[in-house]
Amino acid sequence: MTQTNYLFVLFNLVLRDFRVRYRNMSLGIFWSLLNPLVMMAVLTLVFTLVLRNTDIPNFHVFVLCGIVPFNFFALGWTSGTISVFGNASLVKRVLFPREIVPLAAVLANSIHFAIQIGLLLALAVAAGYRPSGYWLLLPLIFGLEVVFVCGLALTSSALDVYFRDVRYVVESANTVLFWLVPIFYSFAVIPPAFHALYQYNPVAAVVLACRNIVLEGKAPPASLMWKLTLVSVAALGFGFLVFQKLKRRFADYL
Amino acid sequence: MDIVRLENVSKTYSRRASRQFLRSVLAGWFLRRQKQETFHALRDVSLRVREGESWGLVGPNGAGKTTLLSVIAGLTFPDEGSVEVRGRVAALLELGSGFHPDLTGAENVIVNASLLGLSRKEVRRCFDQIVEFSGVGEFIDQPLRTYSAGMVMRLAFSVAMHVQPDVLLIDEVLAVGDQAFQAKCLERILELKRSGKAMICSSHDGEILRRLCERALWLDHGRVVRSGPLEEVLEAYQASAAAVAPRS
Repeated sequence: MTQTNYLFVLFNLVLRDFRVRYRNMSLGIFWSLLNPLVMMAVLTLVFTLVLRNTDIPNFHVFVLCGIVPFNFFALGWTSGTISVFGNASLVKRVLFPREIVPLAAVLANSIHFAIQIGLLLALAVAAGYRPSGYWLLLPLIFGLEVVFVCGLALTSSALDVYFRDVRYVVESANTVLFWLVPIFYSFAVIPPAFHALYQYNPVAAVVLACRNIVLEGKAPPASLMWKLTLVSVAALGFGFLVFQKLKRRFADYL
Repeated sequence: MDIVRLENVSKTYSRRASRQFLRSVLAGWFLRRQKQETFHALRDVSLRVREGESWGLVGPNGAGKTTLLSVIAGLTFPDEGSVEVRGRVAALLELGSGFHPDLTGAENVIVNASLLGLSRKEVRRCFDQIVEFSGVGEFIDQPLRTYSAGMVMRLAFSVAMHVQPDVLLIDEVLAVGDQAFQAKCLERILELKRSGKAMICSSHDGEILRRLCERALWLDHGRVVRSGPLEEVLEAYQASAAAVAPRS
């Protein structure tokens, strides 16, 4: 098999995932939109009508800037983690680079991510935010998040083959991260002592950069972009390394 | 020239299920080390397959036939010994890998063919032949869940038969479809064989092996019991199987 054939396999697995998920749903693509909309409505309701302690304008767009990247992170990582085990028969019986399996799972989720980003930008424009040249940075920022999730998924999916407990660790980590990513609060309220913790967390960094660009109409700080790039690329490299080490005995443990 | 060369290959599996693995690792750290239970899937197996040769693999269930084919295909690695394979291997250890019931036959053909190593161009070129060979007709655009089990197998086999390998590994998958379809598949495999491909197939069907193979390897409990010309090995194997079977 050549390099381009691997891409063809990857393409086919992503497409399979996407088709399977949507073919049997009468509402089809709208499910991708419904989940973030419901989350947005609930969080906006709680933080503007119930708690009433926010002075953030257009809270629904603000919160959606957090929900969309977080949703992709949580779903992409979870489905990536269980993907190798879930495709056990493929991994045991067919010779192709096993890396394709978790990557396909994450990339299939990034199709929904793209749809949700479209929703976010549409709602931002509807709320009166004007597109600027900085919007051209958005594909890079969201792309780096995809890179980061691919790296995490490579690591956790390989470990999950040996320790089935890994998927539960990932689930718990996602619950914790919902609070540690500034979804319904802004960077301004975070004490400076914890700033680095947020900036080095790619999901938080993506949310912050996205708000800089869409809500404030300015470029994200260069330092934030460097940290986001550094951690995401490092995670991907680490993921490939771990996967490479562990994949030799996959067939024996599945 | 040897296309496949196995030298003293041994492989052991741990009996411990991997879902207990974390527990056993932790137990190993905190308690005294537990004795790992292992069993030998292959012990000291050597095999040389030359260009154009075809080998049959026989032996009871659990003898190590699938493990041997997996080792040759590079899906799993031996603990001891060496494995050398030249050229493109097509391992038909399972039919219809990647098939999904909610996709149409045509979509499944493309996914499966790419997994078996066909490029986009090759898939495009072979697609009509694959559909034609399978005989599923206008069902090709229907979801796979509407197919009968036999139709699914026929479609899967048709894809497999259009991969052009240097070494073909077939595991118990020949008994598919009706008689006419089986005959068509055998003819197709014989065609590959005539073009000089090497082949190793495991089967419980002596008749199929007689038509396809000249040489055979008899495995039992991971060991080679006998290897050599097909008829000799097959006779010895069948005699021993008959001796074990209860008389009616």
